[in-house]
Amino acid sequence: MSRAAESVTRGSRVERETHAKALRAWLPQHAVLDQVEELRPYECDGLSAYRKLPLLVVLPDAVEQVQAVMRYCARQQIPVVARGAGTGLSGGALPLENGVLLSLAKFNRILDIDLVNRTARVQPGVRNLAITEAVSASGFYYAPDPSSQIACSIGGNVAENAGGLHCLKYGLTVHNIMKLQVVTVNGDLITIGSDGLDSPGYDLLALMTGSEGMLGIIVEITVRLLPTPESAKLIMASFAEVEKAGNAVGDIIATGIIPGGLEMMDNMATRATEDFVHAGYDVDAAAILLCELDGTPEEVDDDILRVKGALQRSGCTDIRIARDEQERQLFWSGRKAAFPAAGRISPDYYCIDGTIPRRQIGKVLTRIAEMGREYGLRVANVFHAGDGNLHPLILYDGNKPGELERTEELGGKILELCVEVGGTITGEHGVGVEKIDQMCVQFSPQELTQFHALKRAFDPKELLNPGKAVPTLSRCAEFGAMHVRKGELKFPHLERF
Amino acid sequence: MEPASIPDKDIAEELCHTVKRAASEGTPLRIQGADTKAFYGRHSEGLVVDVRAHSGVVSYEPSELVITARAGTRLADLKSVMAERGQMLGFEPPSYADDATLGGTIACGFSGPRRPYSGAARDFVLGTRVINGRGELMRFGGQVMKNVAGYDVSRLMVGALGTLGVIAEVSLKVLPIPAREATVRLSLRVEDAIRRMNEWAGQPIPVSATCHYDDNLWVRLSGSEKGIAAAMARIGGDAVDDVADFWTSIREHRHAFFDGVRPLWRLSVPQGSPPCSLDGDTLIEWGGGQRWLKTEASAETIRADIARMGGHAVLFRGGDRSSEVFQPLHPGVLELHRNLKDAFDPERIFNCGRMYEDF
Repeated sequence: MSRAAESVTRGSRVERETHAKALRAWLPQHAVLDQVEELRPYECDGLSAYRKLPLLVVLPDAVEQVQAVMRYCARQQIPVVARGAGTGLSGGALPLENGVLLSLAKFNRILDIDLVNRTARVQPGVRNLAITEAVSASGFYYAPDPSSQIACSIGGNVAENAGGLHCLKYGLTVHNIMKLQVVTVNGDLITIGSDGLDSPGYDLLALMTGSEGMLGIIVEITVRLLPTPESAKLIMASFAEVEKAGNAVGDIIATGIIPGGLEMMDNMATRATEDFVHAGYDVDAAAILLCELDGTPEEVDDDILRVKGALQRSGCTDIRIARDEQERQLFWSGRKAAFPAAGRISPDYYCIDGTIPRRQIGKVLTRIAEMGREYGLRVANVFHAGDGNLHPLILYDGNKPGELERTEELGGKILELCVEVGGTITGEHGVGVEKIDQMCVQFSPQELTQFHALKRAFDPKELLNPGKAVPTLSRCAEFGAMHVRKGELKFPHLERF
Repeated sequence: MEPASIPDKDIAEELCHTVKRAASEGTPLRIQGADTKAFYGRHSEGLVVDVRAHSGVVSYEPSELVITARAGTRLADLKSVMAERGQMLGFEPPSYADDATLGGTIACGFSGPRRPYSGAARDFVLGTRVINGRGELMRFGGQVMKNVAGYDVSRLMVGALGTLGVIAEVSLKVLPIPAREATVRLSLRVEDAIRRMNEWAGQPIPVSATCHYDDNLWVRLSGSEKGIAAAMARIGGDAVDDVADFWTSIREHRHAFFDGVRPLWRLSVPQGSPPCSLDGDTLIEWGGGQRWLKTEASAETIRADIARMGGHAVLFRGGDRSSEVFQPLHPGVLELHRNLKDAFDPERIFNCGRMYEDF
């Protein structure tokens, strides 16, 4: 019996039955799960190292049902954790033992497609890729494309402000949504944003995006659709040194071209993926860059020449331009399969999401390699070089005693390094439970206090996903104290104002 | 870091001190830069906090596509620093006067002709330093393209009209200046112009600005020489010279349309909306998304009409500045606004009543 199951005490069983019975007055019988075996699939999200059984799982399929759940939970002061497809990587949808897990999985319909205004109105459980699939025949697509796009839901994308391969040119989720329908903690339904290009009052749309389920329950999203570029070409360049590949990123930007995508993989990552998907990568190179240029055929032809020149001046050892659409897809397939490929060469892996100024890429990758050696752990790097968003994958074996703990500690150190060089602990995966301690490094006590005050403006009793994303000051004090005990204050030279 | 050609002064501490004292004494404050946008928002009074002295480019890395500057920096100075390196602000903000500052531009959330094609002011804001109502200087966001640590307070500040805090510093994503720009004019009635603009927006054509007035549609194209030539062949019309002047006159409201004393309304509607039926003169921008209306019609009439279209109306210039100038908010949304105001400015000292009467 797992630890989570043991924690189901008699007391909570009674509580569970009482609340389940009450909620069934508002929801269909099968939409309230209260049996341990039914709750089990919801005990974790994409960050499977953390697991907890929720008190209950509810699966509403109408906005009125979500409102009823929220009204009941607000009255009973039961915390609520919203969940989309459960693919998040930071534990944002990790249940609370005393809380209701609110799954939006049944909200899976595309409600309306408006090709004149280039928008789609969708329910939160719709898969990211399904939006593009629904409009591609008309010549449109939805731009943010996290690598989990075949599975992740658009509601979760909004909650996490998801990114993807094409952010530098086409933006994050926050740049590609227009309007939300939100159920507040009290069960009221409000509209945020509009069908126009802006709306009156504060930019609550920006505030909701990336708020990790802490401010409201998103029940409908209007997304922007973009015309599919007529032409897209991919250049793949090899480098003998990681540092040179890092510098080439800045050299490409300096040409005045914003590539549609600009990705980097180091040798460990290319070897792992090459064995897996045979994408045709140069496995002898220390690093490869994948640079996609899109636009009208005329623009792309111009841009290809200029980027090729920049890469040559940056000292690349080899350049290949995908011959046709099939080869372009093949080159991308390796990048998109990098995470599962890491899973083939190591029993477990831990993905990190720090973002740094691009000019620091070479230096930070070198330092990460050194730190990996210090901890005796392998680190593969595959990431969004264009926007400085690193995804170091620490390879470990969870069955070896102490290895997960060492991995998490190394991960924390890498995030602190990102903050040290002027970056952030999370570019697109969110803080969740995973990076909550590193928030203490990135933000001052006043800033964290301001975040808490902001949350209470939406959720005065702190019932929405409590304990995630923003640490309490006492937690930060403990985190700091823990490291002082080990005789090492975290980055004493960093400003803490 | 690039050397800044403009006075470089950090008075953040002084500003914090002013705010702290005002908070303890309950003195209302009026945050201002060069006060070039005094016409905008509701009438609001208070002790003036002049942010102009807090100025200068803090850092500029062209290869990072990021510039960070203090709020008092003149927009014109910022633009020229970037132009030297072949870059620009992608949201093409209007100044409305020579002295306009970065802080005022961000606080008003103004964007120019490029907005529907490149993004709005809020889309380019990566980070801010903000002084809250307790006089605490705080940093949100950062200087990197992607950052989801903490709530997006930086974007919340854009367009908040200084009601939530003093914007002290802003980091912005910048864009390369397009290799070439060209403008064509087509003779089109308003219904056809709206239809065409939205058709083009749904195709991969490098349109970077649109304006319809008096049965003429102006379309700006930005990109490479070849890309523009191909687009011009596709959309037709006559090439127009003095291109920069035309778009500047639209952006800065110096075009003849903006002359006169009638109240000027800004209508923000779904781009493909049909022409509105209200009496008055109309100039349309942003692919149909932003419509300027000079009219004597009542606020109630205008708001009801625009709300039906799924948009909102702002009394931009003139008219009665003591009643509501922005579209009234739904009660639930208004409550969130009040709560946010209290979360950032508990003593309610910042620009009270500038946005809505309540706060």
